[in-house]
Amino acid sequence: MKKTGAQILCESLIKEGVEVIFGILGGAVLPIYDAFPQYPKLRHILVRHEQGAAHAADGYARVTHKAGVCIATSGPGATNLVTGIANAYMDSVPMIAITGQVARPVIGKDAFQETDITGITLPITKHNYLVNDVAELAETIKEAFHIAQTGRPGPVLIDIPRDVQQEQGDFVYPDKLDLPGYRIPSRGHPAQIKKAAKLINEAAQPVIIAGRGIIISQAYDEFKEFAEKAQIPVAHTLLGLGSFPGNHILDLGMLGMHGAPCANMAVQNADLLIAIGMRFDDRATGNTREFAPNARIIHIDIDPAEIGKNIPTDVPVVGDVKSVLTALNAQIERGEHVDWLSKIEQWRYEHPSLEIRQSDELLPQYIIHQICEATNGDAFVVTGVGQNQMWAARYFVYTNPNSLISAGGLGPMGFELPAAIGVKIGRPGEVVWCVAGDGGFQMTIQELATITQENIAVKIAILDNGYLGMVRQWQELFYERRYVATKLWNPDFVKIAEAYDIPGLRVTRREEVIPAIQKAMEYPGPFLIDFLIEPEENIYPIVPPGESLARFYEPSKPEVSGGQILSTKHEMLNNIKTQNSNDQKMRVLNLEI
Amino acid sequence: MGDKLANTKHTLVALVEDKPGVLNRIASLFRRRNFNIQSLAVGSSEHPGLSRMTIVVGGDIAQVEQVRKQLEKLINVVKVTDITEEDMVSRELALIKVKATTTTRSEIMQIVGIFRANIVDVGPNSLTVEVTGDEDKVNSLLGLLHDFGVKELSRTGRIALTRGSNPF
Ligand SMILES: Cc1cc2nc3c(=O)[nH]c(=O)nc-3n(C[C@H](O)[C@H](O)[C@H](O)COP(=O)(O)OP(=O)(O)OC[C@H]3O[C@@H](n4cnc5c(N)ncnc54)[C@H](O)[C@@H]3O)c2cc1C
Ligand SMILES: Cc1ncc(C[n+]2csc(CCOP(=O)(O)OP(=O)(O)O)c2C)c(N)n1
Ligand SMILES: [Mg+2]
Repeated sequence: MKKTGAQILCESLIKEGVEVIFGILGGAVLPIYDAFPQYPKLRHILVRHEQGAAHAADGYARVTHKAGVCIATSGPGATNLVTGIANAYMDSVPMIAITGQVARPVIGKDAFQETDITGITLPITKHNYLVNDVAELAETIKEAFHIAQTGRPGPVLIDIPRDVQQEQGDFVYPDKLDLPGYRIPSRGHPAQIKKAAKLINEAAQPVIIAGRGIIISQAYDEFKEFAEKAQIPVAHTLLGLGSFPGNHILDLGMLGMHGAPCANMAVQNADLLIAIGMRFDDRATGNTREFAPNARIIHIDIDPAEIGKNIPTDVPVVGDVKSVLTALNAQIERGEHVDWLSKIEQWRYEHPSLEIRQSDELLPQYIIHQICEATNGDAFVVTGVGQNQMWAARYFVYTNPNSLISAGGLGPMGFELPAAIGVKIGRPGEVVWCVAGDGGFQMTIQELATITQENIAVKIAILDNGYLGMVRQWQELFYERRYVATKLWNPDFVKIAEAYDIPGLRVTRREEVIPAIQKAMEYPGPFLIDFLIEPEENIYPIVPPGESLARFYEPSKPEVSGGQILSTKHEMLNNIKTQNSNDQKMRVLNLEI
Repeated sequence: MGDKLANTKHTLVALVEDKPGVLNRIASLFRRRNFNIQSLAVGSSEHPGLSRMTIVVGGDIAQVEQVRKQLEKLINVVKVTDITEEDMVSRELALIKVKATTTTRSEIMQIVGIFRANIVDVGPNSLTVEVTGDEDKVNSLLGLLHDFGVKELSRTGRIALTRGSNPF
């Protein structure tokens, strides 16, 4: 039986196991939407802006490890997807973006709502297609999913002219692919793995930098075994948080521009760096010329082009983290780096970066800490971009795999709310906290309507400082406090939530924090809390741009008068200590007491 | 990199799928990655459905290796090899329209003869010269013809193959 292009698309999506599609319709995709009712297995989530569709598909993909699917009409619909596609590209998120295109006979004639979206997205997709013939549609979709989800994942866009959607064709879903130019490195070269094992076994001051590749590969167990067996401390990139338990004795937290001093100092003093599934982003490395001056570098990455791109490496291993670590684990010896770990603990104590000072103002660090306590770390935290993101990264302890969902490489404000929607739809049984900036929140605030329409129970915490805070902090530190265009007039977010039929609370004092979080958690549906935080609170430490990781600004020491010093990290470590009888770990911890 | 190949020209040979938009993808990649492309020549290869491209890029070894790997990541690009250090033949074709008067005409023809180039068109005030060879040869001829006045010039860019049975 013949089917229309629209039906072939839907059938193919079902073959690929798609359950959810985020999108907004328009003339050039009407035939597709017209077919949706025939395919009740495909749940369509109507968003309020196509950027929201792309970010929601992104959030969904990050937590399900399947391609997230978004759809938009031609022209403005397609261009509205662009930020979300670029973001997925930077963070290697599998995504299928489907766009309608004007009918074939008028392509190139500047037809109504025509844009060359394959041209526009060329540099921000792993691959893209303009489907010229209904006979190619099924094969194209199969290829697109394969490319998006394998190797180093990424977004693939499929542009389908309206008349192709209406054209009749046979539906045969191919079971083979013909992609002569597409190879997926998987196992890692045995000789390289052997060399890596040798360096690891000989190192005195090794450090692991754990990146998002571990999460993509879902190699949590192999990675934990690796770090524990070799007794090597773990520093994370922003996107590598959640690849290793944040409360583990070997965990150093995040490195980089806003990294923990002990992580940065460990990296700078290491004699061996084992970079796993990370791409040496400048936010992570600081000044590359001064990066880890004494270290040999092992770089494990699935993308050969990442090897030597930013940092020269001694032993590259091209392959999937999971298989490479499985091979490595068999070749490394049980390690012991007591002196080195003690030295790092010393740095941790000399530079305690997770203290929360007593203050009359409401502090964002305290709020994040309390969300962590209330959820016991058992939640997905979806962040905005800016200070809120960094506080969420530093002050929440990511004990669950893949529990931080954050836009790292592109950093588009407004990611938080639609991404949280995608996360909650992908993992409906889990608690999802959206940590928003007051600025970024207003870039995708309209998705509150999506939340209500679809009853998506995300908990929203706005860290409302009345500023484009991260930029204000740069103006304070690097532009002699000349604040230009960073002060925000904000609406009443609680009333806004109310207008969207979402209950909310405003919190202005420390004592209200715990009850408000509790209330949000107890409420069965979506809930918003507007936390009016100290407006000029900074995120520390900060390595000034262009500086080496060893040079960072720290906060001035907290006033000790009546100062209750809270350290989430050390509390966690002390908890572990009582549970753990391992001698070596005890020795390291004894330093703390 | 203090290497002898630092900041020199490299010759990359790529086999690419013969599909619409492939050239665009490659050109876009060069611009986006800030790579320095000096010439690009493309035409069909011995494999049906695949074209062979010869790309000349400037840069040190690490930069060119980046170019190669980024090119190979393109889905429609099947294989890319840096043949700079291989034993290879490379050729370029140029058409040069040079001013010619009755007094200079024979001198030009002499030079053309020395270079084993050809005169492919004769006009009242000009001669069009076709020359094939490696870049140096084309440059030398062009240098000599310059004094007579070059009215128009069209060069193809380098194409290259490795010598012998090496498949690239
Ligand atoms: C305001 C702001 C501040 C920031 N501050 C910091 C900071 O202080 N510190 C910091 O680290 N980051 C920071 N970032 C984030 C930073 O910009 C980068 O996004 C981040 O460092 C990238 O982390 P990554 O390399 O682990 O992940 P990605 O960029 O996602 O790279 C993943 C790597 O893993 C590889 N890979 C993928 N799958 C596999 C697999 N199966 N097997 C093997 N390898 C695989 C990929 O090829 C890639 O090289 C900040 C971002 C913002 C917006
Ligand atoms: C779409 C977009 N525009 C501009 C920026 C530059 N930028 C980075 S952080 C930031 C401030 C964000 O303000 P807010 O959302 O309130 O978060 P805060 O830093 O105050 O926590 C800006 C403007 C960006 N990252 N994304
Ligand atoms: Mg703000």
